[in-house]
Amino acid sequence: MASRIIISQKVRDARAETKKDQFNSLHLKSEIKEVLVLDSYTIDANIKSDALPKIATALTNKILEESLIGKLNIKNKFDWILEIGFLPGVTDNIGTTTKETIEDLLKLKFKSGESVYFSQIFILSGNLTKEEVEGIGLTLHNPLIQRMRIMSHKEFEKEGDLNILVPKVNLKSEDAIIEVNLNVSDEELIKIGKSGIVDKNGISRGPLALDLAYMKTIQVYFKSKKRNPTDIELESIAQTWSEHCKHTIFADKLDEIDEGLYKAYIKEATNIIRKKKGKKDICVSVFSDNAGAIAFDDKYLVTHKVETHNSPSALDPFGGSITGIVGVNRDTIGFGLGAKPVANMYGFCLADPSDTRPLFRDKLQTQKMLSPRRIMDGVIAGVNVGGNCSGIPTPHGFVYFDERFRGKPLVFVGTVGIIPRKIGKNLSTEKEAKKGDYIVVIGGKVGQDGIHGATFSSEVMDGASPATAVQIGDPITQKKLSDAIVKEARDLNLYSSITDNGAGGISCSIAEMAKECNGCRVELEKVPLKYPGLTPWKIWISESQERMTLAVPKSKWNAFKKLMDSRGVGADVVGEFTNSGKCVVTYNGKKIVDMDLEFLHNGLPSRNLVSKNEKNTYLEAPKQSTIDLTKTFKEMLKRLNITSFEFISKQYDHEVQANSVLKPLQGKGQVNADVAVIRPILDSKKGVLLSSTLNPSYSEIDSYKMAASSIDGAIRSVIAAGGSLENLAILDNFCWCSSTDPVRLGQLKAAVKGCFDYAVAYGTPFISGKDSMFNDFKGYDEKGNQINISIPPTLLISSIGVMNDAEKAISLDFKFEGDLIYLLGDTLEELGGSEYFKYLSQKSKKEFVGNVLPSVDAAKNIKLYKAFTKAANKELVASSVALGRGGLAVALAKSAIGGKLGSEIDLKKISKHTTGDDMTLFSESQGRILVSINPKNKKAFEEIMKGNSVVQIGKISKDSKLIIKGRDGTEIVSVDVDALLSDYKSTFKSF
Amino acid sequence: MKPKSKKIYKKKFTRSSFSEKKLPRVKVLVFSGYGLNCEEETKYAFELAGGDADIVHINDLISGAKKIKNYDILAFPGGFSFGDDTGSGKAYANKVRNHLWKDVEEFISKDKLIIGICNGFQILTNLGILPGALMWNDSARYIDRWVDIKIEGKSPWLTGIDTISLPIAHGEGKFYTDVETLKKLKNENAIVARYVKGEACEATGLPKNPNGALEDIAGVLSHNGNILGMMPHPERGLFVSQLPHFPYLKEKSRRDGKKLPKFGPGFQLFKNAVDHCKKK
Repeated sequence: MASRIIISQKVRDARAETKKDQFNSLHLKSEIKEVLVLDSYTIDANIKSDALPKIATALTNKILEESLIGKLNIKNKFDWILEIGFLPGVTDNIGTTTKETIEDLLKLKFKSGESVYFSQIFILSGNLTKEEVEGIGLTLHNPLIQRMRIMSHKEFEKEGDLNILVPKVNLKSEDAIIEVNLNVSDEELIKIGKSGIVDKNGISRGPLALDLAYMKTIQVYFKSKKRNPTDIELESIAQTWSEHCKHTIFADKLDEIDEGLYKAYIKEATNIIRKKKGKKDICVSVFSDNAGAIAFDDKYLVTHKVETHNSPSALDPFGGSITGIVGVNRDTIGFGLGAKPVANMYGFCLADPSDTRPLFRDKLQTQKMLSPRRIMDGVIAGVNVGGNCSGIPTPHGFVYFDERFRGKPLVFVGTVGIIPRKIGKNLSTEKEAKKGDYIVVIGGKVGQDGIHGATFSSEVMDGASPATAVQIGDPITQKKLSDAIVKEARDLNLYSSITDNGAGGISCSIAEMAKECNGCRVELEKVPLKYPGLTPWKIWISESQERMTLAVPKSKWNAFKKLMDSRGVGADVVGEFTNSGKCVVTYNGKKIVDMDLEFLHNGLPSRNLVSKNEKNTYLEAPKQSTIDLTKTFKEMLKRLNITSFEFISKQYDHEVQANSVLKPLQGKGQVNADVAVIRPILDSKKGVLLSSTLNPSYSEIDSYKMAASSIDGAIRSVIAAGGSLENLAILDNFCWCSSTDPVRLGQLKAAVKGCFDYAVAYGTPFISGKDSMFNDFKGYDEKGNQINISIPPTLLISSIGVMNDAEKAISLDFKFEGDLIYLLGDTLEELGGSEYFKYLSQKSKKEFVGNVLPSVDAAKNIKLYKAFTKAANKELVASSVALGRGGLAVALAKSAIGGKLGSEIDLKKISKHTTGDDMTLFSESQGRILVSINPKNKKAFEEIMKGNSVVQIGKISKDSKLIIKGRDGTEIVSVDVDALLSDYKSTFKSF
Repeated sequence: MKPKSKKIYKKKFTRSSFSEKKLPRVKVLVFSGYGLNCEEETKYAFELAGGDADIVHINDLISGAKKIKNYDILAFPGGFSFGDDTGSGKAYANKVRNHLWKDVEEFISKDKLIIGICNGFQILTNLGILPGALMWNDSARYIDRWVDIKIEGKSPWLTGIDTISLPIAHGEGKFYTDVETLKKLKNENAIVARYVKGEACEATGLPKNPNGALEDIAGVLSHNGNILGMMPHPERGLFVSQLPHFPYLKEKSRRDGKKLPKFGPGFQLFKNAVDHCKKK
């Protein structure tokens, strides 16, 4: 029988206070007077009742807490009880820790099926209706993964208790394997591909995302084998061939490009650059592993990988983003023989959190989408828990807002790693599973979580999106795994290959690794399960988190297993690598998968994608002859895409590992920087610079120029902080929409072409990339009207640079009065898609998208950047910042707020190419850096910068006023820096 | 970083003031496992200070493969042991209590030094080795920032340190204790330090107390100052370049024609401990 221990707080509880404030902000009819938060542990295990007090003691900090065994007993007066717990089968980390605590305390082992379940009980005092309590409950839980129980005071009196509830998974045993008949009509094939295999009870299992061409290829293959596929074979193919795994849009022939966009442009750019750089090539491992690696020094490589986790984050933002961040950590651990994660980055593309228009996934409005605010809070919290618990610093990140992210947010997560060039005598980048090696899976166990994640993200989100696609991360299980691999097993040479279990679970990771030796044989019943009753196809494709697959030589298995056991890391042999050319899976001795690896990996037919160019003309903003520029300047700083997001930077640990140099918040005013510098090896002076840029608002105007601006921006931020073009690499993340639409493909083609041209021009190789091509939402609005929301085509360019002396990094804040302020680079009238035009649009409720995007002149910029690097190396620069959204105005504001110092600025010398002061201030022309220097360095600085566009536009002043004179010499902006600071921090003040 | 070998250190630092080759090595045990995550930089800090530090997984102590009694200093580093599930430090403390309690008691009885930093501090309070408790920050949110602390406790760890800036990073770092214990702490000079408004607050425009800690208490001592627990991370402030206003300091020193010191505000604490053990 299950028992329960409830822990309550004896002293004022900040969690409860915060919740109370949060609930009271929900416009309730009367105020909530008190909230108590109780932690409840339901123990469903055979434990003697006299052991319970002992357990309770272990779970109680006696200074702060007290415990209650069994019946719920509430001393205070209250009105409602609200309990939030997990649904059966959802990862319950606290429950797991409690189970371990009990096992360790009582020196026993829980039997299969025995478990501890955690829930939180909120005791509310206040005159609330049941609907209001339900409303409160909805802010506390996500019905896709959690359950809620509500009980009034009256009901509680009557029942005498909140009865104990055990959310145990009870799976009905299903037919293990079904044969899928493919000798059917094309219509039937289409149906199977779209809605999935139909179970014996008539229910579809969820999307396979296999179109007719793919289904027909599969049909032909199995005809040649004179049999039908099993369900697990078809599921396996669907995973491996999914857009998510095979990146077919980038791989398939597009128009005249036979080899596809990826090979023709992205990979080719890197090849050309590497050849051109010759001995100075920085690339060591590109595009072939879980991350890309460049040289750090003679002994180490530095790796980088940026992923997206968009579809899961739309359904469960917390779960989506935490699995995203710990997932990309695993890409690092799975690089080469195992790199150590040394920094995380994040990027959230969201809708305005104040947007309350509801969206539904179904016509009947039973499946409501989470609000932009909930999604924002959730994705932020996910990276918080994932990154902080893993002990990996998060020095860099961004947020970006556009209402087109209302249906699907974008969650970018990236990890930088460090790995020695050699492990023992071997190169750390070389790994190979060998025939006879054990197939070993380490980490967590397998449940139903994340079924169809890979195929789901290759589909449009609608009412049929599978709820089981949601997973929750368990960073501590992964931390144990990571430490055991990267800090111990790797250097003991205990395995020959390693890779991450991500999309598609072991079906993808094992089949992928099997390529190294050309075959595998898996005994599926050996895979450890979270609960009994999982059918083989689910075990095979489950995306349960925190697992990695390794090839362990038989002779090393005992040592490996012993080490994992002693570190609390699960490790199981689930099969053996072979050279049979086949992927074979058995279940209790019965062969259920028997496919040629060649077919599985290369059997998918190439499609002929066709694109179309469509150029639209957009409304230009009218000339603003009477605009109040001081007011505009201040208003611009409050805009979602410019304002401080300090509250995020500060809740992400960026000091752990003691590697932080240039921090996410800089200067006295703690301004969000676009670039961070870390020193990943404690006894080396070398630094790693990280930045990233995206310009989704440029995409619809001209995606080629959008790509050019993004590359220039990501590079320029690194240059501005003291990096150099010679030691700089970039990563691409394409998040597109409706990617089979020829117009979208046309935009994609242009953007990829832009990537090629500018990467080659700057000599900055792509080292890794990822794409997510179907970020579309199909659903219904509050009136039941069908609504389609596609994200704007989005390209994130991330940059990574290495600098010889991290201490030479330059921050953005003005430092001393009297310093001279320079603008480097030309200011042109380039405001298409600009933040200023968006501001004007919002003010007049029109859509001034504009048409003139920044044109990037790479040759001119290279000259400038090289000169700047020289000046930075000579330490002539006191502050610098790359101009981005909001142009010169925002850069000036950031440096001024950062240093809490005023300045006098004259726009005259930089107004040649613009028609108004507002244009000069807010133009988003690329290739520009704002710097301040010690007046004593004037001559030396100007000498080095000679031949470039370098204009002294003012100096840092004594008082704390920012004063800007316009083209005709009149004062157009005059504002206290303190006022700017409070504007800059006002938008998210209460977040 | 792990691959930093001791050799490099001997080579690099024998020229400096802490080249005491002939004295016996001071052996430091840095705990690891189950989500502790500052073990590498903590080990590095002790070695920079001239100690000989080993990172030891708690299971290797439980199995007997490594022994607490072979060490001079125990360090419980920062991290997220067991993900803070059931309360920060609780589950790891239970593991220590269930398996290593006698060894730890014996270690303490020999007047040896112990430090708990952040999660390590939380573990030591849960064990009752240090007084008080750490509860959720007033903001109920994890926070990473720099603070200034004014040292007032008497301890071998704290010799010669006055007011220093260090980073904190925690969700449950608000120190709390009852009136009686507080009085005792004051009488025994057992408050390590209090949060004050200093250089770091000035450089970042932030208030002094980051979490609502009782009487601005940042850390406490026990056993005559031999055992120290604190929320700020001295191992993240070993070098001047780690300070939040380093870019400003660097520019200023350049203009003043002065050289910045290499070591940061956290270094002295580790050096004190190692020197103390050497003298013994």
